[in-house]
Amino acid sequence: MFATFDFDVIRRSLGYLFLEGMTFTLTLTALSAVGGIIFGTLIALMRLSGYKLLGRIAGLYVDFMRSLPLVLVIFWFYFLVPYVGQWVTGASRPVSVGAFTSALVTFIMFEAAYFSEIMRAGIQSISKGQPAAANALGLTYAQTMRYVVLPQAFRNMLPVLLTQTIVLFQDTSLVYVLSMPDFLGAASKVAQRDGRLVEMYLFAAVVYFTISCVASFGVRRLQARISIVR
Amino acid sequence: MIEIRHVDKWYGPSFQALKDCTTAVAKGEVVVVCGPSGSGKSTLIKCVNALEPFQSGEIILDGIKVNDPRTDLPKLRARVGMVFQHFELFPHLKIIENLCLAQEKVLGRSHDEAVAKAEKLLDRVGLQEHARKYPAELSGGQQQRVAIARALAMDPIAMLFDEPTSALDPEMISEVLDVMVDLAREGMTMMVVTHEMGFASKVAHRVIFMDKGEIVEDALREDFFGSPRSDRAQKFLSKILSH
Repeated sequence: MFATFDFDVIRRSLGYLFLEGMTFTLTLTALSAVGGIIFGTLIALMRLSGYKLLGRIAGLYVDFMRSLPLVLVIFWFYFLVPYVGQWVTGASRPVSVGAFTSALVTFIMFEAAYFSEIMRAGIQSISKGQPAAANALGLTYAQTMRYVVLPQAFRNMLPVLLTQTIVLFQDTSLVYVLSMPDFLGAASKVAQRDGRLVEMYLFAAVVYFTISCVASFGVRRLQARISIVR
Repeated sequence: MIEIRHVDKWYGPSFQALKDCTTAVAKGEVVVVCGPSGSGKSTLIKCVNALEPFQSGEIILDGIKVNDPRTDLPKLRARVGMVFQHFELFPHLKIIENLCLAQEKVLGRSHDEAVAKAEKLLDRVGLQEHARKYPAELSGGQQQRVAIARALAMDPIAMLFDEPTSALDPEMISEVLDVMVDLAREGMTMMVVTHEMGFASKVAHRVIFMDKGEIVEDALREDFFGSPRSDRAQKFLSKILSH
């Protein structure tokens, strides 16, 4: 059945697929993960703070983001942000932010909702005695979080955070709705140009599968190592 | 040094953890607080450095009102050392880093200064060779001695001990008590929640007995061990001293 397939198209486009497509995908994944974890940690701290209003706002934000399909958020965000920018800056025309920035901000905001739940569980896994001891030494709330609670929460949750990052890696393929040159977008472009849809999409699937599988395996090994140390 | 006046504390609307507690600890005095579990003794000591809030009354620490909203609590707490039942060393930091963290971040000491101080105190509690280890590599008794050193590194004006030996295996209790006895003999102001009556009879100036959130007995050591006046204190003492 493979007789009519032309797998040489993959070889011919490898440079474009990986140097441009995969680089884009990995850059977007890494920046979104870092931004998402930072923003997510802030949301988690808001939820766990004693202030009811802050906690309520953060909770609503998380529920809102988790109730929307990611592809819709990407789509809407891309079209809305220029108008929001116009409104905020008072410019006469919609502010152009560029597809990459728009996608990055979307992923950070969307993934932050998931990362925040992970960080919240991580912070709650630290016994109350730890912040009490830090406070008793005179550390302020911010110092207690920064030097005592968050490093431990982060370490405890590292495997889960990385697993979520693997999901994020797959999710970045959704930027194809903005016709961006990520790995899937690049593969799709070649597929349509050369009329080799099956081959290219098959190849893309194999690449995503392999990378995610290897990464998951790495996370499991890390998890085993962490659990021995503790 | 520490003045506790008419302190009331409720958990929720119905459970009163502290009832009209009034006592004081003078400079250089060692006061032992004992009583059955759930009597509020740990709660009381945690109110002293505002780790637990309370609803009415006042606590004055070295002339500063603890429950005044304008009080800079981190600053106040930095001047009072506290030792916890479960040590609460920071598990992700080495022993030396446990001792340096607050010295550098709170007192603003340089790293070298903090390390020098930390090494001196580790030497004092006999643990200098463990400075580069993590807390989990130490025994319970060793961890508690580190916790005492960590508190002392802040040059506290008083030390609070919240059941420092109750989580320890019996053979490790004395190594911690030895450190505490030395401290007491050097004239450190100490408030100690403990069941160790040997420690109390050796170094305490006063013994407070609490039951059901109330201070039932507040007496000089000789009077307390000689003739506790209340039935409840009598019963408690006979229970823990009979073995």
